[in-house]
Amino acid sequence: MCLAIPAKVIKINKNIAEIESLGVVKEVDITLVPDAKIGDYVIVHAGFAIQIIDKKEASIAEGYWKEFLEET
Amino acid sequence: MNIKEICSEINSLVRDQDKKSINIMEVCGTHTMEIARNGLKQLLPPEINLISGPGCPVCVTPVNEIDNIIEILKDYDVSIFSFGDMIKVPGSSSSLAYEKSIGKDVVICYSPLYALEFAENNPDKNVIFIAIGFETTAPLSSVIVKRASDKKLRNFFIYCTHKIIPPALEVLLKDKKVRIDGLLLPGHVSAIIGSNPYRFIAEDYKIPGVISGFDPAGILQAIKMILLQLQQEKPKIEIEYKSVVKEEGNTVAVNQIHEVFQIQDSMWRGLGSIPKSGLKLKPVFASFDAKLKFPIKKLNSREPKGCECGNVLKGIKKPDDCKLFAKSCTPDNPIGPCMVSSEGTCAAYYKFYRIKY
Amino acid sequence: MLRKRNKNDAPQAKVINISHGDGGLKTGELINRFILKYLKNEILEKLEDSASLYIEAKNIAFTTDSFVVDPIFFPGGDIGKLSICGTVNDLATTGCTPFVLSLSLILEEGFLLKDLEKILMSIRKTIEEINLSNNGVGLRIVAGDTKVVPKGFADKIFINTSGIGLNQSNIEISPSKIKVNDSILINGGIGEHGLAILSQRKEFNFKTDLVSDCAPLNSLVNDICKASDKIHAMRDATRGGLARVLIEMAQASKTTLEIDNVKIPIKKEVRGLCEFLGMDPLYIANEGKMVIFVESKDAEKVLGAMKNNKYGKGSQIIGKVVKKDQGIVVLNTEIGTKRILDLHYSEQLPRIC
Repeated sequence: MCLAIPAKVIKINKNIAEIESLGVVKEVDITLVPDAKIGDYVIVHAGFAIQIIDKKEASIAEGYWKEFLEET
Repeated sequence: MNIKEICSEINSLVRDQDKKSINIMEVCGTHTMEIARNGLKQLLPPEINLISGPGCPVCVTPVNEIDNIIEILKDYDVSIFSFGDMIKVPGSSSSLAYEKSIGKDVVICYSPLYALEFAENNPDKNVIFIAIGFETTAPLSSVIVKRASDKKLRNFFIYCTHKIIPPALEVLLKDKKVRIDGLLLPGHVSAIIGSNPYRFIAEDYKIPGVISGFDPAGILQAIKMILLQLQQEKPKIEIEYKSVVKEEGNTVAVNQIHEVFQIQDSMWRGLGSIPKSGLKLKPVFASFDAKLKFPIKKLNSREPKGCECGNVLKGIKKPDDCKLFAKSCTPDNPIGPCMVSSEGTCAAYYKFYRIKY
Repeated sequence: MLRKRNKNDAPQAKVINISHGDGGLKTGELINRFILKYLKNEILEKLEDSASLYIEAKNIAFTTDSFVVDPIFFPGGDIGKLSICGTVNDLATTGCTPFVLSLSLILEEGFLLKDLEKILMSIRKTIEEINLSNNGVGLRIVAGDTKVVPKGFADKIFINTSGIGLNQSNIEISPSKIKVNDSILINGGIGEHGLAILSQRKEFNFKTDLVSDCAPLNSLVNDICKASDKIHAMRDATRGGLARVLIEMAQASKTTLEIDNVKIPIKKEVRGLCEFLGMDPLYIANEGKMVIFVESKDAEKVLGAMKNNKYGKGSQIIGKVVKKDQGIVVLNTEIGTKRILDLHYSEQLPRIC
């Protein structure tokens, strides 16, 4: 019930991060993931990052995640 | 493991057990849609029955909430900001889309941040954000309410219809009409709450539960994990979606929810009143509560006659068991929320399963 | 010494006002200073009530379309370019050469004259491009109209264009000609126009390099028809996206179409934005995409010709006609399953679920 998509953190300015996903750049609020760093991947829902993605787990997952990590 | 390999394992697991049917409930509406969109039922053996559940926030919002929001629009000079999901849901006699078309100020936004920004930049307008969604979205509402409070905004409000998932699952498991052998648990709700709140499913009801991602391989893998648990007769709560879901979830987000909201009983369309399943703003944030600031008269909301959304949400009936399905109730002219919601079970059926080929 | 105030400096001289639409002096000024300045030709400048035309062709195509896009200037185009491409592409899908157009403008009081000029320049530029490869026919705007409505009664500018096309080679291109085994092609990536427009809305605040694919496809159609005389049907995919065209063609020809999802060209950024907003690229508007149905033996030849055209670099064969049937579209997914493509009954809205 919740559309959330993976994106890479490319810039951080206080509680706003610029993220990129498949060539789309957006500013999102990282209040809910204060430990996010540049280069992290996060999952984005309605303008907020809601969790930091575990890259190790993502890279062993098949299909979608693999493609996404390769393309972004 | 690739999809072919996962499906082959699923097939042998099903062959090895003696059940004629295995009912797996996909709690989350997004799972229902992804399963339908990717034709996953075609890859599964016929013994597996995928049943849709109540994890569609639009579908479980009672008619009278929509009627109330429309009444506020009629009685007061306000601007309603909402996610696109709610716009076309029919109330007893109108919808936000209709109200917008006759000139009322209804704005569709991607994020509640936009509603807050608008309120800040337009102090002469009363802005109400429709706060709908489960635990994935509730922390966002918490953040914007706290921000509105810090900024001392007097023209920003939320109309809170947030609900929480685990109590609804318990109601379903207690319902003797609902036969569930395993639960496919929602991926992004769990990103917030973690896996611990679901432990009662395995411990008290002895039913396997797997938190699944949304891509085809993830969903199939999660189904395989449920079947393995059934085979081993060791029900537990497992996480397939490990890249995003930690056992402890996102504690920052959970704390945000508890800081701003208190838990109360809540009415779920189709399931009735469920104790401790809804959120309400704490008294310290009462000045941001649209329900308090914009009181309206009590409305007599009508459930549409013949609508089986309630039974569909519990997984007792399939959409084509409803007499209205694809006849008077279509995506073009929806009667119940399961048809109008972008991830409603009836919408999924209409779009993907109605035409046989 | 006080400078003599130029009447053109006054604020009201910079915008459309009601008198521009009253048929009198101001209307004449509008036509001469703007419309004829950019679109003059020997028929239009006569300013007669109707244009007298001589048409040799026995078969002609006639179409009309109205344009109300917001914003009127968007990445990759504007409402002027759109109004010409939209009608020209509708004519091209029947294999006809665009011959003449009419141009009707409804202007909102207060609309900036400099914006009107930009739009008229864009219209002229688009027609000039079309005429570079128009089978020797010089497309012109030969008739038009301008109306002005009070502020609030229109959104800046609405445009209607109607057009006549000539069927010079007596080809018959229509859904009724679609046959089993026909190959289905498209000239490039889908969903770009709709998302280029959406990304401009301040409620969404996304940054992308996406531009509208708005383009005149008459030269592409010429190249396609030169490559093969077995073109059975063509349609441009506008509102409702690729999905709508495929479903309409399947229903009109009473055939089942099978499309390979993995072959449909989609830019990375279109997928990215659709993921964010929860939208399906198959249903998003295009303004420079043509879907072609051709006998399978000519498919590769036609594909090659399309790829050689400016507007066909991203062309792909995306599927085929599999049987004569009730008229449905089956999508083969990447994971080896099938699903039906159904018509979205309503506008896609960005969502959280």
